[in-house]
Amino acid sequence: MLIDVILIAVAAVLVGVYVSWRAGRLDRLHKRTETARAALDAALVRRSSVAQELAACGVLDPATSLLLAGAAHDARAAGHPDELAESDLTRALRAVLSQPGFRASVASRGSADELLAELEEAAHQVFLARKFYNDLVAATLAARRRWLVRLLGLAGGAALPSFFEMDDSVVVADGDGRGSDMPHLTG
Amino acid sequence: MRVGIVCPYTWDVPGGVQQHIRDLAEALIGLGHEVSVISPADDDTPLPDYVVPAGRAVPVPYNGSVARLAFGFLSASRVRRWVKDGGFDVLHVHEPAAPSLSLLACWVADGPIVATVHTATPRSRVMHAAYPALQTALEKITGRIAVSEAARTTLVEHMGGDAVLIPNGVTVSRYEKASPLPGWPGEGGALGFLGRMDEPRKGLDVLLRAFTELAAERPGLRLLIAGPGDVADVLAKVPEPLRPRVILLGQVTEEDKARVYHSVDVFCAPNTGGESFGIVLAEAMAAGAPIVASDLDAFRQVLRGGRAGELFETGDPAALTAAAARLLDDPARRASLSAAAAEAVRVYDWPVVARDVVKVYEAVVAAASGSAGEGRHAVGVFSPSQRSRGVPGGRPPGLAEFR
Repeated sequence: MLIDVILIAVAAVLVGVYVSWRAGRLDRLHKRTETARAALDAALVRRSSVAQELAACGVLDPATSLLLAGAAHDARAAGHPDELAESDLTRALRAVLSQPGFRASVASRGSADELLAELEEAAHQVFLARKFYNDLVAATLAARRRWLVRLLGLAGGAALPSFFEMDDSVVVADGDGRGSDMPHLTG
Repeated sequence: MRVGIVCPYTWDVPGGVQQHIRDLAEALIGLGHEVSVISPADDDTPLPDYVVPAGRAVPVPYNGSVARLAFGFLSASRVRRWVKDGGFDVLHVHEPAAPSLSLLACWVADGPIVATVHTATPRSRVMHAAYPALQTALEKITGRIAVSEAARTTLVEHMGGDAVLIPNGVTVSRYEKASPLPGWPGEGGALGFLGRMDEPRKGLDVLLRAFTELAAERPGLRLLIAGPGDVADVLAKVPEPLRPRVILLGQVTEEDKARVYHSVDVFCAPNTGGESFGIVLAEAMAAGAPIVASDLDAFRQVLRGGRAGELFETGDPAALTAAAARLLDDPARRASLSAAAAEAVRVYDWPVVARDVVKVYEAVVAAASGSAGEGRHAVGVFSPSQRSRGVPGGRPPGLAEFR
């Protein structure tokens, strides 16, 4: 009799420990997702500000400058990163950078070289940050679909994270108009 | 005069700006001016002989949609060469605030520049001010033209300076003569409508309700509708037995558009609002169609207070029913309205509108050459006293961009 009670108590404790471990794991996943999102937001803001700087640096023709400035402006106007506006910025950047002979035309003029390198860097960072974030979102969503999590409501009040879907492949032309599908091309 | 016109959008893509430039260029040539237009165009696009291709335009996101624009140093050097070879007295750029050829032309050119603004742009002046190349380019514009009050307001707010209001024209000769579509208007009478079917402000719903009333008592009456939109949606608003008498053409070509105006006994413009009435009414007038239109300010002005077309209370199907019935029963009245409309539309004819544009060219050239008397007069064209009256010559404003 006593042994039964002890066994049930031990089982209850074990279940409790397990459940709280699961809850803690889910909580950590949520936190990591939030951190990754903050990193993605920061990368996007950096990318748009470099695009703005490039637009204002005085090396580009006014049409290109306005195109970049407009797209960067729209990307920042929402106050929070917006998938459509960010994709539009990507497309604007791609259109500008993939012009035949673009690099040669701005090479060693003003701060263009420096800004282009920084832009590549920023675009690559966006690519990575978005990948990490979306991976974590996928993991979090999978964890939240588990029956135990749903049954016991282990997610608590945490908001359901969502994927950040955007076009992030800024093709960086290599001087003769041919580009790469890679988001980043060093050298 | 040697005039260089810059089109920012691909020549063979249908659009209001392209059509405006084509009509203006042809009207100017008709007036004896030498005109060259530079426009983005694919190399294999057939172009009129006054158009110089500036290379392919690139589709890029712009102002919330994808536009095909020409930018970059290659386009800039093509424009530079065209300006250099052209030896123009005046350069006329369109939509200079778009990141395309027009802006590049301002950047590379010296000398008198006239700019026409067609659409309201949401970008702020503050944003423009942050980009020195942009400011430098836009500062070179000496004469500004807006095609509508809305475009002028944006121009004044966002770019500074003021503009002369010269509304779009209509090429009367293109609509004057056309044969009706086969079988139209027919014995039982025909009503017509042209415009987007799913745009509530075009007022098709008002017309469909009036038609339902009218058709019940007139067994042969038909309704001809041309314009983009969902056919099923439109037919659903008409009682089943009447549906075969509503003929929907969908989007029509330029030539068919002219034929549509000639295919109906009464052309209806039941628009319920909007600051400009669009060019459809003027085209219908050019075709000499008897018109029944909403009593909007712009419509009343263009239809000479009702002398060149019947006006009915805006948005009231019963009033439209009554007005259309009166006209359907009175061929003599229709004939007199048709003649009055054809007469009234003359002030919107492109050759007339183009003369107003030439006045701006002359003023800008005079201002640039600094000739004393002429120069002062030229400056006057852009002075506040003139602009408040709108178009030089006192033509009523209101025929604005709608496409």
